Amino acid sequence: MELKGGEILVKCLEELDVEVIFGYPGGAILPVYDALYDADIRHILTRHEQGAAHAADGYARATGRPGVCMATSGPGATNLVTGIANAYMDSVPVIAITGQVPRTMIGRDSFQEADITGITLPITKHNYLVRDVNDLARIVREAFHIATTGRPGPVLIDLPRDVAASKTEYRDPGPVKLRGYRPPVEGNPEDVARAARLIAEAQRPVIYAGGGVVNSGAHEELRALAEKIMAPVATTLMGIGGFPGDHPLSLGMLGMHGAKYANYAVMDSDLLIAVGVRFDDRVTGKLDAFAPEARVIHIDIDPAEIGKNVRVNVAIVGDVKHVLRQLLRCLDEYLIRPGTAWQEKIAAWKKEYPLTYSRDGQLKPQAVIQEIYRQTRDRPTRVATDVGQHQMWTAQYYLFSRPRSFISSGGLGTMGFGLPAAIGVQVGCPDELVVSISGDGSIQMNIQELCTAVNYELPVKVAIMNNGFLGMVRQWQELFYNRRYAYTELINPDFVKLAEAYGAEGLRVTREVEVAPALEQAFRSSKPVLIDFVVAREENVFPMVPPGEPIDKMLG
Amino acid sequence: MRHTLAVLVENNPGVLARVAGLIRRRGFNIDSLAVGPTNDPTISRMTIVVEGDDVVLEQVTKQLRKLIEVIKVSDLTTEEHVDRELVLIKVKADPAQRSQIIQLVDVFRAHIVDVGRETLIVEATGDEEKIRAIEEILRPFGIKEFVRTGKVAMLRGSKTTSVDGE
Repeated sequence: MELKGGEILVKCLEELDVEVIFGYPGGAILPVYDALYDADIRHILTRHEQGAAHAADGYARATGRPGVCMATSGPGATNLVTGIANAYMDSVPVIAITGQVPRTMIGRDSFQEADITGITLPITKHNYLVRDVNDLARIVREAFHIATTGRPGPVLIDLPRDVAASKTEYRDPGPVKLRGYRPPVEGNPEDVARAARLIAEAQRPVIYAGGGVVNSGAHEELRALAEKIMAPVATTLMGIGGFPGDHPLSLGMLGMHGAKYANYAVMDSDLLIAVGVRFDDRVTGKLDAFAPEARVIHIDIDPAEIGKNVRVNVAIVGDVKHVLRQLLRCLDEYLIRPGTAWQEKIAAWKKEYPLTYSRDGQLKPQAVIQEIYRQTRDRPTRVATDVGQHQMWTAQYYLFSRPRSFISSGGLGTMGFGLPAAIGVQVGCPDELVVSISGDGSIQMNIQELCTAVNYELPVKVAIMNNGFLGMVRQWQELFYNRRYAYTELINPDFVKLAEAYGAEGLRVTREVEVAPALEQAFRSSKPVLIDFVVAREENVFPMVPPGEPIDKMLG
Repeated sequence: MRHTLAVLVENNPGVLARVAGLIRRRGFNIDSLAVGPTNDPTISRMTIVVEGDDVVLEQVTKQLRKLIEVIKVSDLTTEEHVDRELVLIKVKADPAQRSQIIQLVDVFRAHIVDVGRETLIVEATGDEEKIRAIEEILRPFGIKEFVRTGKVAMLRGSKTTSVDGE
C-alpha cells in the first residue's frame, strides 16, 4: 500500500503501542498532524513545546514506557531543547519528533529552519535527519530501540516536510539491526564473583543506589541484597523510590543535601556498593576525600561511567537488575553474618543527627511536605517536583516507597520541569493522585501548562512553596555571598487568581493550621488545584555540604 | 602519551561531526584525524591520534563506543603497526637548485609531482619522523607551502582491524 511519510510515521507509532503524543503543531510538521488526526493515538496539546518535552519525560519516568513529543521546525524544535537535555542527563527514554523545512530548503536559512540534529548532537543518545521516505519506518523502529534499551536516553527524529508528504510503498522494516550498538545485559561472572568476595569480607558496607536501579526495575533485587548483607542504603536524587524510604536500612539521600547519617555512613564505610550511579559532584563533594577507606564496587550499564570520576576495585558492566540477581546467587556461597557493630553505629548517628528544622510559629515548607506525605502515603501517589529548595525538602521529608513515584529533574536541574512533567505523569497514571511540588520561581517557568491540565481534565495538584525568593540561590547568597541578595527576590502574581483564570481551583495557605484542610480539599477535588503556601521567607535547606568540601563537613 | 586509534564507523552523513563533536565537548585533544571509506563502502575508517594518559584514553575509547554509528574502536599504539602520513611541499627551486633538490628527494624516496618555473612540489609519504626529516632538509631552499594529511595506520602481520577481525 502506498502511504505518505506522515502516515508511515503514525502507523509505526501505533505499531509501537504509543498511546499518547505531547505536542504542538506548526507548518513543517503539518503532514504528520494530518495523519495523526485519524490515528488511534491521543494528542495532548501543551501550551509551549518545552511543556511537551517535559510531559513526555514525566510520562516516561512514571510509566517506564517511552514518552513521545512533537514540534514543528525552527522555534518549535529549539523549544524542545531544554526538555531533551533534561531527559538526556537523567537517562529518560524520550522520542522527539520535529518537522523540518523541505530538503531543498535545508541549509539556506529558510523560514523556521534550525539545524536541530546539529543542535541536539550532544544531548541526544542518537538523532536522525530523515532524507528518504523509504528509510522512515526503519528509523522510527531504531529510534525506539535505542531510546529504551541499554542506558536509556532521548532520540530525535527530524522529518523534512517534503519527506513527510511524499508517498512510498510501506514495507515492514523487520527487526532492528545496528552493528555498532550492543548494550550489555549480564555482568561478567568473574567480576560478579570478585564483588561477592569483597562483600563477604566487608565490615562496614554501604549501598549507594541511583537512577539505574529505577530504570532497570531492580528495586526488589536491591532490597534483597541490602537485607541479605544488612547494608544500609543511601540513594541519589535519581535513586529515590528505588529503595523504600521507610525501610529500617534506608539512609535516605546522600550528598550535598543528604542526611548527615547517610554521609557519615558513606564516609566511614569500608565497602561502597555503587549501583546504577555515576559519582556526580552533588553526591561526592570533594572527590579525592570521598569515602576514603572504602573499596568500591561499581555496577552500571554504561561502561563509560566506570572509572570516569573515581577509581573502583571491581567494575561490573551490565543491566543492574541482571547483575544484582547474579550477585545474589553468588552470595549464596558465602555465609554472611553481618556484625551488629556497624548497625549500631548507624543507629546512633540516626538518633543523634536526624533530619530536622526549627518550628518557630512560621509556616515551614518542610511541615507542608510532611503533611502532604501523611495524607498521601496510603494511596497511590506520584510526586513531581521543580528544582530548588522545595525539591530538596521533598527528597528529604517525603518518604518514597515505590520506584517511579518521585519525578524530578536531577542532572540538568531544570526549573519549570515540575508542572508539565506532572501532566505527563497524570496522563500515564490516570487513576493515581499526582502532586506537583514547586516553588514560586520554578512554577512561573511553565505556568501556562495549567491551561493544558484544565483543558484535558488532568487533576494535578500543584503545591507552591512560596517564599518570595529564588530560594536556593538566596540560600547560597546568604551562606557564601554575605547575604547580598542580588536579584533573587520575586514579585509574584496572585497565584490563586491565576489558577482561577486558567479554570483551575486556587487556594492560599498562610498558617500551619490551614495546611491539612487545604490539602484534604485539594486531594478530594476532581479538578486541577493550585495551593499557594506562603511559607517562611528565609528558610534554608540543611544539612548542606558547601561546594568543594568533603561530604561529612556539613552546615546545619 | 600519544595514542593512535582506528575507528570503524558507519559511512553516513554527519558521522564525522558526531565523532569530532564528542571529542571536543569531552575536552580531549586531537593531534590528527584522517577519514575515508574502506573497501566496504558502508564503512568508513577514521584514524585518530589523541594525546593523553591511560585514563583519558579509556574515556575517549568508551565515549566513542557509545556513539551508535561507531562500530569498532581499536588502540593500535600497543601493537606492532605501520603508520603513514602524506605531505605535499612546494619548495623554491630556481633552475640552478633543481638537481640538488631532486637528488635529496630521491634519497627520501619521495617524488617531484610538479615542476614550475621557480618551484617544485615534492610529495612524500612516511611516518612522522621521515616527514620531519624531509621538511628539515628542504627548509634551507625555502618552503612556500606545506600540506599534510592526518596519520593513517594499520596493524602488521595477519591481524586486522575490521568489523569481524580482531
